[in-house]
Amino acid sequence: MVLVLALGDLHVPHRAPDLPAKFKSMLVPGKIQHIICTGNLCIKEVHDYLKTLCPDLHIARGEYDEETRYPETKTLTIGQFKLGVCHGHQVIPWGDLDSLAMLQRQLDVDILVTGHTHQFTAYKHEGGVVINPGSATGAYSSITYDVNPSFVLMDIDALRVVVYVYELIDGEVKVDKIDFKKTTTASHSAH
Amino acid sequence: MISDGVEDEEKWLAAGIAGLQQNAFYMHRALDSNNLRDALKYSAQMLSELRTSRLSPHKYYELYMRAFDELRKLEMFFKEETRRGCSIIDLYELVQHAGNILPRLYLLCTVGSVYIKSKEAPAKDVLKDLVEMCRGIQHPVRGLFLRSYLAQVSRDKLPDIGSEYEGDADTVMDAVEFVLQNFTEMNKLWVRMQHQGPAREKEKREKERNELRDLVGKNLHVLGQVEGIDLDLYKDTVLPRVLEQVVNCKDEIAQFYLMDCIIQVFPDEYHLQTLDVLLSACPQLQPSVDIKTVLSQLMERLSNYAASSAEVLPEFLQVEAFSKLSNAIGKVIEAQVDMPTIGVVTLYSSLLTFTLHVHPDRLDYADQVLGACVKKLSGKGKIVDSKATKQIVALLSAPLEKYNDIVTALKLSNYPRVLEYLDNETNKVMATVIIQSVMKNKTCISTDDKVEALFELVKGLIKDLDGTLDDEIDEDDFKEEQNSVARLIQMLYNDDPEEMFKIIGIVRKHILTGGPKRLPFTVPALVFSCLKLVRQLQGQEENPFGDETSTTPKKIFQLLNQTIEALLIVPAPELSLRLYLQCAEAANDCDLEPVAYEFFTQAYILYEEEISDSKAQVTAIHLIIGTLQRMHVFGIENRDTLTHKATGYSAKLLKKPDQCRAVYACSHLFWVDDQENMKDGERVLLCLKRALRIANAAQQMANAARGSTGSVTLFVEILNKYLYFFEKGNPQITVSTIQGLLELITTEMQSDSTSPDPSADAFLASTMRYIQFQKQKGGAVGEKYEAIKA
Repeated sequence: MVLVLALGDLHVPHRAPDLPAKFKSMLVPGKIQHIICTGNLCIKEVHDYLKTLCPDLHIARGEYDEETRYPETKTLTIGQFKLGVCHGHQVIPWGDLDSLAMLQRQLDVDILVTGHTHQFTAYKHEGGVVINPGSATGAYSSITYDVNPSFVLMDIDALRVVVYVYELIDGEVKVDKIDFKKTTTASHSAH
Repeated sequence: MISDGVEDEEKWLAAGIAGLQQNAFYMHRALDSNNLRDALKYSAQMLSELRTSRLSPHKYYELYMRAFDELRKLEMFFKEETRRGCSIIDLYELVQHAGNILPRLYLLCTVGSVYIKSKEAPAKDVLKDLVEMCRGIQHPVRGLFLRSYLAQVSRDKLPDIGSEYEGDADTVMDAVEFVLQNFTEMNKLWVRMQHQGPAREKEKREKERNELRDLVGKNLHVLGQVEGIDLDLYKDTVLPRVLEQVVNCKDEIAQFYLMDCIIQVFPDEYHLQTLDVLLSACPQLQPSVDIKTVLSQLMERLSNYAASSAEVLPEFLQVEAFSKLSNAIGKVIEAQVDMPTIGVVTLYSSLLTFTLHVHPDRLDYADQVLGACVKKLSGKGKIVDSKATKQIVALLSAPLEKYNDIVTALKLSNYPRVLEYLDNETNKVMATVIIQSVMKNKTCISTDDKVEALFELVKGLIKDLDGTLDDEIDEDDFKEEQNSVARLIQMLYNDDPEEMFKIIGIVRKHILTGGPKRLPFTVPALVFSCLKLVRQLQGQEENPFGDETSTTPKKIFQLLNQTIEALLIVPAPELSLRLYLQCAEAANDCDLEPVAYEFFTQAYILYEEEISDSKAQVTAIHLIIGTLQRMHVFGIENRDTLTHKATGYSAKLLKKPDQCRAVYACSHLFWVDDQENMKDGERVLLCLKRALRIANAAQQMANAARGSTGSVTLFVEILNKYLYFFEKGNPQITVSTIQGLLELITTEMQSDSTSPDPSADAFLASTMRYIQFQKQKGGAVGEKYEAIKA
């Protein structure tokens, strides 16, 4: 069993002062094996904070990130799953599932994590999943109104991944769960 | 010479111990055989070793402790003697035959202790006798140790209330009288010590004297434990007598130590009830006495006392503790003209802590303290002493820690005036402390006057205070500071749009003074504060009451335009472009076409004139296309102009693959899913064809430059775009166009000159799988896909 934290679009300090205290108290070091971040942190302090939660940190570059060396896209393999991360401002129309699915095919990943819209979404899609963890700080967005702070935890176990989404609604943390099984027949043997 | 002195002293001590042990040995033998006469003889000889003047107080103490242990044994023996029938009165007479005065007095005290225990005479008579007789020793060190011995053996035999030695004739007054007298005499001896010996050894002597202070203080400890000293007795007798001795001895070391001792030894409630007396002594002390520490200790104790229970608070009010302390501090500072700044600040810092504890509801007191502090600091200019500076930070941090709320501190009118005395660096530290307090407590600052006051407090971070930017400053520190200011801006918030607009005006006024280094950090935070307000106002009728002064999105957009413009001097074109686009989208949501067009124009100008880095251009063009794709406010003309420009920029990117991707992204500008009037299939196809031509050109260029063509990735990407629009029902995208593209890709891949690219292969494979997947889906989609042969 592997726990993967996916979050992004914190926009500290331009749009939000910090992560919500309730999230901070839930996110403790030593529990999470990997972090996937969709970018727009935007500053080093946030990067350092994430590093304290888990040193294995994968970040794609958002358009407001102070650090310009983050890659536009990144893929990694965790257990039986291949994951890809991209901020998403490059995928037009923004937040469009069919266009994201094209990126998923391009990166050839089972799970694609993107951000930019500040709206949590998770779609099962032709044998894969497209996840947007939303904005961890509930930052203002020109795309989404009334943003709730949210992040995603993925529990990856063999061919199964359980996606937990944590959303802060009116000061209370609500948890939702989405189950996803990878069928072995969909394994990628392109060669 | 000095080392010789130390060696000599060691020798003398060793000789003293040897003499003492030898006589103690004979004394023990005498004690074992109940030989009183020999016991007295050898004990007197043993005690003669204490007559030495050669030892430093430290070594003398070692010798004294050995004698002390032996005297305990002798006391036991005397006790047994009286039980065996020997008269204690006779014993008391007998020991007085010892030849030398010092041994005699030690023996007398020892027998005296047994005498009181026997109760054959009133305790007060024996005590009085002993304390008087001890006057016979006027050598400071010997006298101090002798009287210390007296204090030690008598402490459990005082006629205290509830003690077995209390009687008709023996009252607690006698106990107090005895201890006070012994204390007075000891203090005199102690003070006199400084005048003994050559002047050049004064420093060493003062050090030695300090080592002996606890001998004198022991008397005060004894007094502190006398049960019978009630408030009246303390107020009328004990404190005045002790203070009289303290003031009159005119000795710095004694005064400092004893004042501190008084404060530590007696109960807090007594201090509270005798504040007048205690405080009136302070200005009478020697000017060199470290009175700030004494008073700080007192205030700290009283603060803790106040914190211990709410029940004691009325006492503080009743005795007007605050005004008394405040007056006393003023007087002390006046009396000690040379008191350094740190002393002044420490005193006020303690007083502030005191009043915050005792009178948390009296903000005016806290402000008074700060005001008084400012008064004493005035005319001294910026404080340079780093310790004093630290103390000021402590002073200013105290109200923040107490109230956990900067809003309370903002009410203290003297608060910013104290800040004036800090150097720039410390001003920044203080500003950081204030911001951290706001962040930690999540304090929302919600009125324009408070925001104004807050900016006054943190101005050290907002602008260059002395007009020049310090080059020394660490870049990371600077970033961190400015990021904290950006965070702070998030905390300035009011639900009421009018009030929020005022707040924004004030924030803007201040941050625009920050200069080119700070603006990139602070402007975005302000811009998003504005956009949040726009979002709040959005959908509301423009000027619902026809009121020209009310806040409208239009007004905010004007402010935004001017604010982002301020970044021109930085310059920060990439950031400005992003902010303009955000504003354009907000204007779109407010249905303000001209405003949105203006923001787009600004963004385009920056793109054309300022953004030259090819990588920055790629990101910028994606943001432009992405934003423009979402705009629905534009009429045909404006939209055409903007889309035309955007496709133009896309085709002019430096790298062919970037060009290709931007161009196919532009296809979405002509086909918006949920807008029926924006489905121009022909122009979509034009974009995709153009992208295909660029992909071809990229292949040819690669072939010419490297002898092998690049990967087919771009073609597969375009294929996916074809499929996208095919699925969306764009009539221009037909099965045959897709079929043609598929064949092209197959040919390319089979070409010998194509360099292998596993990721492109995988991409194509997953695209083919997708086509199969869609075929199997059935329904309208499946039917559409069925025609594609793949």
